[in-house]
Amino acid sequence: MTPSELTIHQARTLLDSGELSATELTGALLERISRINDRIKAYITVDEAGALAQARRADQLLSSGDGGPLCGIPLSLKDVLCTKGLRTTCGSKILKNFIPPYDATVVSRLRDAGAVILGKVAMDEFAMGSTSENCAFGVPENPWKAGHVCGGSSGGSAAATAADICLASIGSDTGGSIRQPASLCGVVGLKPTYGRVSRYGLIAFASSLDQLGPLTKDVRDCALLMNVISGHDPRDSTSMEKPVPDYTAALVDGLAGVRIGIPAEYFTAALDDEVEQSVKNGISMLRDAGCEIVDISLPRTEYCVAAYYIIAPAEASSNLARFDGVRYGYRDPQADSLLEMYKRSRSQGFGDEVKRRILIGTYALSSGYYDAYYRKASKVRSLIIEDFKQAFERCDLIASPVVPRPAWPLGETTEDPLALYLTDILTISANLAGIPGISVPTGMSSAGLPIGLQLQAAHFNEEILLRAAHNLEQRAGMVGRKPPLD
Amino acid sequence: MKISGEEVEKVARLARLQLQADEVARMTRQLDDILAYVDKLNELDTAGIHPTSHPHDKVNAFRRDEVRPSLPREQALANAPADNGAAFTVPRVIG
Repeated sequence: MTPSELTIHQARTLLDSGELSATELTGALLERISRINDRIKAYITVDEAGALAQARRADQLLSSGDGGPLCGIPLSLKDVLCTKGLRTTCGSKILKNFIPPYDATVVSRLRDAGAVILGKVAMDEFAMGSTSENCAFGVPENPWKAGHVCGGSSGGSAAATAADICLASIGSDTGGSIRQPASLCGVVGLKPTYGRVSRYGLIAFASSLDQLGPLTKDVRDCALLMNVISGHDPRDSTSMEKPVPDYTAALVDGLAGVRIGIPAEYFTAALDDEVEQSVKNGISMLRDAGCEIVDISLPRTEYCVAAYYIIAPAEASSNLARFDGVRYGYRDPQADSLLEMYKRSRSQGFGDEVKRRILIGTYALSSGYYDAYYRKASKVRSLIIEDFKQAFERCDLIASPVVPRPAWPLGETTEDPLALYLTDILTISANLAGIPGISVPTGMSSAGLPIGLQLQAAHFNEEILLRAAHNLEQRAGMVGRKPPLD
Repeated sequence: MKISGEEVEKVARLARLQLQADEVARMTRQLDDILAYVDKLNELDTAGIHPTSHPHDKVNAFRRDEVRPSLPREQALANAPADNGAAFTVPRVIG
C-alpha cells in the first residue's frame, strides 16, 4: 500500500513505529496532488511549503514522543474554514484574495493535535449548492467517473478523500453538504449534532443549520477526527457543554438490542432502483449484525425542502450582508458612493445561486412577508422536530438512502434550481432537527458509481451512529475500494 | 405569479444587489417557481405551534463582562481594500 492510500489509523501506527516519517507521508500526498489534481480539481489552494514545514515539526514531536493523536496526519479542509495566513475563498470571487487573520477553532484543534494541513478544497460558493458546480475556482470531478459531479457543497472534501490526495477532510453540512458528496464519492461523511462542533471560524451560511464534520476513508478515522474536533467552545455561543466521549470506543461489533427505523416516506417512487436495492442490502446487513428492523413514519418529510428553502436563504441573507467591500473581500474600485460600492461589489463578487438565495431570504424576511414565510417555515420546523422525537421513541437509529440517485453528469442540473433542491429531501431534515447523520458507502451502481446508506440518531447520540456504521462497513466490503485513477 | 419583476428589483435594492435586465427576468422566473413550491407549507395547520429558531433549549450564552485581548488593528486592516492606517476608508455617502 502506498502512503497516500493509508487511513489515519494505519498511518498513525507506521508513524509511531518510525516505519514512515511525517515528511515522507506529506511528501507522498503532495506528489500525488501534483500528479492527479488536474483530473480531480479538488484543491483551490495547496500549501506545499506550509505542509512540509508542519510535517518536519511533526517529525520532531514524534521523535521526542510529544506527538498528539493526529501528529503528522495530512488533511485537507473545505475552503469554508478560516485558516490563519492561508487564503480562504469560500469558493467565491468575492473572497478571492482573503487571508484570514485567525484560525477557526476546529483548525486550531486539528493543529494542536499535530495535523498537517495540505490545503483548501473546492466547494459550492458559500456552501450553497449540491454539486460543487457553483465553485468560482474550478469544479471538482467525481474520482469514480470523469465528467460526473462530486456532489456538494463539500465536493472537494469528498473527492480528495476518495482520490487519496489527503488522508481525510473536514467539510460542512447545512442541508446535506457532507453526507451527500460522501455518498456520491464513496467515503464516510458525518454531520454531528448541532452544537457538537464549534462554528467559530466557519464562514456562516445558515447559523441554525451549519455544522462541521469529517469525511474519511473509514468509520474509525471518522471517530478519531470527532474526538479531536468536538467539544464546547466559549467563542461559539451555540456550541453545547456536553462532554466528549472517546468515539473510537463506540466501534463495537454487533448490534443486538438496537432498533433501526425505516421511514416509509424516504422510499418513494423518485428513488433510483439501484440506490433502493443497495440501501435495502445495507439494511439486511444491519439486521445480520443483530438489530431489529422497525417500520416508522416521518409524516412531515414532504415539507422539509420547502421549510429549508425559506429558513436557510433567510439566515444566509443576513450572514452574507457582511460582504460589502468595506473591510475585506472584493470592492469595485469604480464606485463613487457608498451605496454604489455595496451594490457593485456584491453584484460582481457573488455568483447566481448566492444571489438567488439572498433574494429569496430577503423577501422571506421582509415586512409584510415575514409571518407568511419565515415564521411559518419555523413553525413547520417544530413539527418536523416532533416527527423525529416520536420516531426515536420506537427506534434508536433511522436508516435510509442519502441521495435519490448516484452521481450524474456535470451540467445536467444547473438550469433548474428547484429540481436540484428536491434532491436534498433525504438529508435536509437532519439539519432542521439538529440531529446527527452519517453516510456510509454500501454499494456500487452498475455504472461504477458509489451508493451510500444514511443513518440518523437522536441528539448527541453519535456513538450509536458510529457503532452501526462500523458494523455496516464490516459487511459492505467497500473499504479499500479505490476509484480507477492510476 | 407569486412575484413580479418590480418586486424582485425592490428586494434586490434591500439586499444591496444590482441586477441586469436579463438577470431580473431570469431571477423573477426562478424565484416565482420557488415561491410557488414553498407555498405547500400552507397545507399544514400550524396554529398554536411555537416556531423553532434553534434546535436546543440553550438560552443566554453570556460571558463575564471583562475586557479581553481582541484583534490588533494591523491585522484587522490587513485585508482592507482601502485604509488610512487607522480605519477603513470608503467612498463618500451621497444624498
